[in-house]
Amino acid sequence: MEFEAVIGLEVHAQLLTDSKAFCSCTTKFGSEPNSNTCPICQGMPGSLPVLNRKALEYTVLMSLACNCRINEISRFARKNYYYPDLPKNYQISQYELPVAEHGWIEIDTSSGPRRIGITRIHMEEDAGKLIHDERKPFSYVDLNRTGVPLIEIVSEPEIRTPEEAASYLRAVHSILVYLGICDGNMEEGSFRCDANVSIRPNGQRELGTKTELKNMNSFKNVQKGLHYEIERHGEVLGAGGKIVQETRLFDPSTGATVSMRSKEQAHDYRYFPDPDLLPLRVEPELIEKMRGSLPELPREKKERFVRDFGIPEYDAGVLTSERSLAQYFEDTVAIFPNPKSVSNWMMTEFMRALKGQDAGVVSAPVDPENLGQLLKMIEDGIISGKIGKTVFEEMWSSGRGADQIVKEKGLVQVSDVSELTDIIRTILDENPNQVARYLGGKNQLLAFFVGQTMKATRGKANPQLVNEILLVELEKFRN
Amino acid sequence: MKITLEQVDYVAVLGRLDLSHDEKIKYMGQLDDILKYMDALSAVPTEDVEPMAGPVELFTPLREDIVKPSLSLERALTNAPSSDGSSFLVPKIIE
Repeated sequence: MEFEAVIGLEVHAQLLTDSKAFCSCTTKFGSEPNSNTCPICQGMPGSLPVLNRKALEYTVLMSLACNCRINEISRFARKNYYYPDLPKNYQISQYELPVAEHGWIEIDTSSGPRRIGITRIHMEEDAGKLIHDERKPFSYVDLNRTGVPLIEIVSEPEIRTPEEAASYLRAVHSILVYLGICDGNMEEGSFRCDANVSIRPNGQRELGTKTELKNMNSFKNVQKGLHYEIERHGEVLGAGGKIVQETRLFDPSTGATVSMRSKEQAHDYRYFPDPDLLPLRVEPELIEKMRGSLPELPREKKERFVRDFGIPEYDAGVLTSERSLAQYFEDTVAIFPNPKSVSNWMMTEFMRALKGQDAGVVSAPVDPENLGQLLKMIEDGIISGKIGKTVFEEMWSSGRGADQIVKEKGLVQVSDVSELTDIIRTILDENPNQVARYLGGKNQLLAFFVGQTMKATRGKANPQLVNEILLVELEKFRN
Repeated sequence: MKITLEQVDYVAVLGRLDLSHDEKIKYMGQLDDILKYMDALSAVPTEDVEPMAGPVELFTPLREDIVKPSLSLERALTNAPSSDGSSFLVPKIIE
């Protein structure tokens, strides 16, 4: 029997506010444990939470970017469970009435663009951090993260393959980072993903029993975890077994998922409206203000790049994957208005250099102005494209301009016809056999002569001129 | 009775309460009374009443995103049954 997978994803994104969701403690990462806590985030009796305006604005911004309907009135609810990372024994979240519902985003799939529905976007607070030391009989609790604002973005169960899941996550991630409301750091946990997955026979409407996957802290691991889980479901059902509804942890070292036995007890969170927080009203003015501050989103930007700059869709996708990268591209094109050439250089030399040293685009040692200058020197024939690559590497490692490097190292292209002709004549005289074979019809030998000329000029000869002169000089041997 | 002994057990587990048999019987009666009282509310006709998000016509106030000093570490840990001077210590949690 053929099965199809049904996948729904839950993304938790930490919002980039300065203070926590319901108190004024800093959200700064990496402080001494428990130094950023107060009676509110520690859950002391008698303290009362007050919502951070910026956290609400960011939630509304994401909701608009995901084409959601924003509920004028929403409610905070308590999600009750006992765990030492949660000092109140409940998490402030939203249940029946989230801030936003019924949205969608568009993603790329192997069969073209697809819309994936967004069920809801709601606000909640993060829990603290537990640190375990295998040699110690206790665990450490750090409540600095407790109360940091999160949004949870829940997709409709409309995702069909692990690849689509990864594509969806990339899309959500890039929207969040574009909006500047989340730093998107998956390792530090500011962008986390849980997946619900089930399979059903093709054509069946009714959903199969699902399992929930946690602990997949990279796009690649989400894909791996889902592949493993879908296969496991298939094997269990294929052998006449039953899937147990449970939470499973992805183990990055084996690529397998394992049952979280400690959490096997049925979760009963007993959600109820938080009596400490009045209903939340999102003023229409606030929605309009956020709508006005929506930047151009990755997909719109990509389409514009293809349309206005005439660069391939793949390149446009890469260049718009980060707002800073797209900005770099546009800034360089403003200086050197040949988008295809800028795109080619960015897709190859620039990206390679960027990956090599883990630098962000903004702090790249070659800025748009310098890259623009370099490309102009190549276009003007001052240096060859090949030398240009060497110059670029030098620019990257030294942080100096193209001009300076070319001058200092004497890399200016040789475009002097008589100088090149002299060099070429010498080469032809030194290689009578090759010349004879060329004249006998072995046209490919032209490349050999070009190579020799480049060698003699240490790569500085203007390749186009070399070609032209060679053709003329070789003909002279015919008589 | 609207409530069974199993339900009392279940609620006790969720609330981390270790109840004796006599206590369970006692609370079963009390919970039953609460549920019976809810029946009185069910009798009120509400067909024409708009559902409310809350009992008062007020909405939650917002505060600006401004950081204020947190508790000193010493004060933050005052109530900790056990600490190492910066972290709370709890019985080992095994995932």
